Amino acid sequence: MTYKENSEEYIENYDLSIGDTIRVHKEDISYTGILLDRPEDAEDGYLVLKLSSGYNIGVAIDNTTAELIEKGDKPKIGYDEEEIPHDDSKQNISIVSTGGTVSSVIDYRTGAVHPKFTASDLVKANPELLYYANYNVKALYNILSENMKPEYWVKAAKEVAGDISDGADGIVIAHGTDTMHYTSAALSFMLKTPVPIIVTGAQRSSDRPSSDANINLIDSVIAAKSDIAEVCVCMHGSLNDEYTYLHKGTKVRKMHTSRRDTFRSINAQPIAKIQNKKIKINPNYSYTRRGDSELELNTSIEEKIGFIKSFPGISKDYIEYHIDKGYKGLVIEGTGLGHVPDNLIDSFKRAQDENIPVIMTSQCLYGRVNMNVYSTGREILDAGVISALDMTPETTYVKLCWALGQSDDYSKVKEIMQTNVAGEFSEKSTIRDFLN
Amino acid sequence: MDYDKLGLKMGLEIHQQLNSEHKLFCPCKTELVDDDFDELVQRKLRPTQSELGEIDRAALQESLRGLNFKYENFEKHTCLVENDDEPPHSLNEEALDICITIACLMNMHIVDEFHTMRKQVIDGSNTGGFQRTGMVATDGYLETPYGKVVIESLGLEEDAARRVETKDGFTEFRLDRLGIPLAEITTDPSMHHPDQVREVAYMLGQILRSTNVKRGLGTIRQDLNISIAEGARVEIKGVQDLDLMAEIVNREVERQLALIDIKKELQARNAEVLDEIHTLDELFADTESKILKSAETIKAVVLKGYDGLIGREVQPKRRFGTEIASYAKKRGVSGIFHSDELPAYGITQEEVDRVSDFLDIGEDDAFIIVAHDEDIAVSALEEVKRRASLGLDGVVEETRKALDDGNTEYMRPLPTANRMYLETDIPLFKITSDRIEPIANNLPELPDVKQARIIEEYKLSEDLATQLVKRQEADMFEDILAEVDVDATPVASLLAYDLREIKREGHDISVLTLDHFKGIFTLLADGKIAKDSVRKLAAETIKTPDTDISEIAEKNSLVMMSEDDVHKIISDIVTQNEGMVHERQMGAMGPLMGMCMKQLKGKADGGLVNKIVREEIQKLI
Repeated sequence: MTYKENSEEYIENYDLSIGDTIRVHKEDISYTGILLDRPEDAEDGYLVLKLSSGYNIGVAIDNTTAELIEKGDKPKIGYDEEEIPHDDSKQNISIVSTGGTVSSVIDYRTGAVHPKFTASDLVKANPELLYYANYNVKALYNILSENMKPEYWVKAAKEVAGDISDGADGIVIAHGTDTMHYTSAALSFMLKTPVPIIVTGAQRSSDRPSSDANINLIDSVIAAKSDIAEVCVCMHGSLNDEYTYLHKGTKVRKMHTSRRDTFRSINAQPIAKIQNKKIKINPNYSYTRRGDSELELNTSIEEKIGFIKSFPGISKDYIEYHIDKGYKGLVIEGTGLGHVPDNLIDSFKRAQDENIPVIMTSQCLYGRVNMNVYSTGREILDAGVISALDMTPETTYVKLCWALGQSDDYSKVKEIMQTNVAGEFSEKSTIRDFLN
Repeated sequence: MDYDKLGLKMGLEIHQQLNSEHKLFCPCKTELVDDDFDELVQRKLRPTQSELGEIDRAALQESLRGLNFKYENFEKHTCLVENDDEPPHSLNEEALDICITIACLMNMHIVDEFHTMRKQVIDGSNTGGFQRTGMVATDGYLETPYGKVVIESLGLEEDAARRVETKDGFTEFRLDRLGIPLAEITTDPSMHHPDQVREVAYMLGQILRSTNVKRGLGTIRQDLNISIAEGARVEIKGVQDLDLMAEIVNREVERQLALIDIKKELQARNAEVLDEIHTLDELFADTESKILKSAETIKAVVLKGYDGLIGREVQPKRRFGTEIASYAKKRGVSGIFHSDELPAYGITQEEVDRVSDFLDIGEDDAFIIVAHDEDIAVSALEEVKRRASLGLDGVVEETRKALDDGNTEYMRPLPTANRMYLETDIPLFKITSDRIEPIANNLPELPDVKQARIIEEYKLSEDLATQLVKRQEADMFEDILAEVDVDATPVASLLAYDLREIKREGHDISVLTLDHFKGIFTLLADGKIAKDSVRKLAAETIKTPDTDISEIAEKNSLVMMSEDDVHKIISDIVTQNEGMVHERQMGAMGPLMGMCMKQLKGKADGGLVNKIVREEIQKLI
């Protein structure tokens, strides 16, 4: 129960529980309804009642009395498990949930939304899944996407590797969208995979009839069955419920706070388009095919990495602070081609002296870092700063975590950062790779 | 009809669009749009898991049938919120305040805290698959000539998107209406006479119109709940015309009585709907009936003991068969053929006999034929069987649509308990006494009160006062008189009648502001223009609204002459006609008046002309 202080005391005094039907008497009116829990962040001093019409109202408890009309049943969250048929002719897909809700059940009596994670729940909510594969579903952890930490990447990578060893023909990872592209990048670096690993999610929660979860999930399963043995993000390709795009896990970014088609390939084009349950692979794209790679897991990472955005007037304290605090590496989001004000350059030199690699990305997001064009850029290069080329700042950050997990030697890290490990950068910038 | 004896019970549900500047949860305007759309977005809606229950693919497919939608987006008039691509913004407090005003006028209790709920609606009219709605107030009442009527609840909710068309498996909606705030007012089902319902609906309309609500066609929608003792509750949607209310009630009572009769007859006959769906394709191989010939398949079901009842009228020109057909139509057929109406539609007696033989139709039995594609024909006949069987129960709980002639037509089953849960994207909203009190202390005057006061205060005729209130011009009327010391009647008649005529002549009267009216009536008060010129001056002002009123009056020769000039003109006319004056004495008054007015119309007050003509005549005799 999330009632607090006065309300909590009031409920205890009248010996009421959530789910009870109660009547609250005010001076000139009484309300009868089911006592519901109150959102955690809502103000004290009110009760939430669900009236028989289905509406919730808040009742201020001052100068009221309450009576119990009928004890309520404890809200039943569990649903009967159902046996999901196994079909030997179909591929086996693992669905790993990391948070958010792949499916949810609304209890209309109380209005509560219960997130569901079991295979049976998933199939219940999306029965058409049964056409496509057999499923092994598990909830790995349940955290909000914004609370994701590098240690969870490791856990996910290990889980996925385990499933692949156990014979999964493809993996679908359900993930909150805020940091989905960090996770997809991390899995790209940590895993060499013989099967597709597809990260997906929803911009509209799955309790709504308009949710994009179903299409994203079904299309992810289609992708997980495909020949593309890479880590990819599969999300809506437009505002329509019409097709999804498969983006390379290291070349994708969330670009809109709320639209369904928020995920975009940056400095790249989508690998494939999935429409009407059919996958159409971009002919210009060469990808790792199913079975081409052996499964390899490398989850060594360094978590103490700083991520700093440059801005007009930035003081070198930002850099000095991170060095003083013992950060092992820094990613800079510079302006334009990869610049910062020249007052920061001395601090970069200090970082290099202390064996702290500094990687330069661009807050333009689109295009390639090139520090040779202007004198400030050349000075930054001279201070030992390493170019992120055309990687997104987020992929660069994840890659530096992983690179420093491989070695703490500056030149070795520099070499890793400039080696294409998982298609995270490209040599050439093509005319189509912008705002698509 | 003896309504008491029948146990007639009725309640009203009224949806009224509010005239707030912005929509309920986004900054878009609350206006409908006739422009071409800028983007068409294609969506599907899925019933949520709770509604599906067990794994049943067939049921899912069925539920997904027809859940494909297109939404017309406008760059200027709509935003991502309506398109379900951005979370709702905060609750529109202006709309809430309008509801608080309405609640106070209906003696309701306002809730301490407003919770926005999601109410599942998957017909596509809401992009999210739910309508956002919340309870503002409960337990009010209205004193009516028929006694007190309880107002159960006042809700504040989003209006739905406008349906444009259904074509090629998609239903297209325009997003302009989605999100316009609506007040939903529900009375208890305690009304017993159609005239009472009409009166209550009228009174509610009057109350609403005294507040800041939208006006005009489609801005208020009235639904009627109705049942009789042996019948069942039926909700009739979209009663537009209050004058039709009594007719709708009577016809619904008639329908329920007829259905109860049919039930009794069916029970007496031990009637039964047979399960089997027969294929009649071979029987109609050489049919001349165009409808049957063009169909992929012709199928039929047998209704034991239904003979003669399917053709029984339940409402004028609507038969029990029409009720059955309206269920079948929901599955995509355009109609059914039943044995009570055959031979007809190109189906011959010989064919009817052949079908009767084939189906083994007995004396009391009936059959129903559907011709269409295999799937649709079967699905439609399943509905035919279902509705025909329900005939054994009498009246079915239904949502029906009001038709223009007072009849009603089946729309869908009555919704079960509202499927609602909290809209978590919008914070709970406290409604404190600090918010309510200023509103409660400044309630608008109800129209009848206002009318009585205006008559009393300004000595207006009842007719003028009624028109002013009805045409929403009473406030302007009072504003003008607060500023200009002028006779009230010309002001009222300009606002109540002349403006409407000017509008009908094709002028945009909305350009006239309080300042314009002040200018016009100041000229009248100062004796610069004649009463008769007010209308003309208003019409001319619309053409050049930025020009000074005196200048407009001048230019159109509406300014009155000075009394001296008037005197001179009259004096001249009378002198020229001296002969007539001597001959006819005061009898010359009429003709002379006519001559003077011809020359002075609009330039001198008729009363003044009259006075001077009289004086001039008297001088001569």
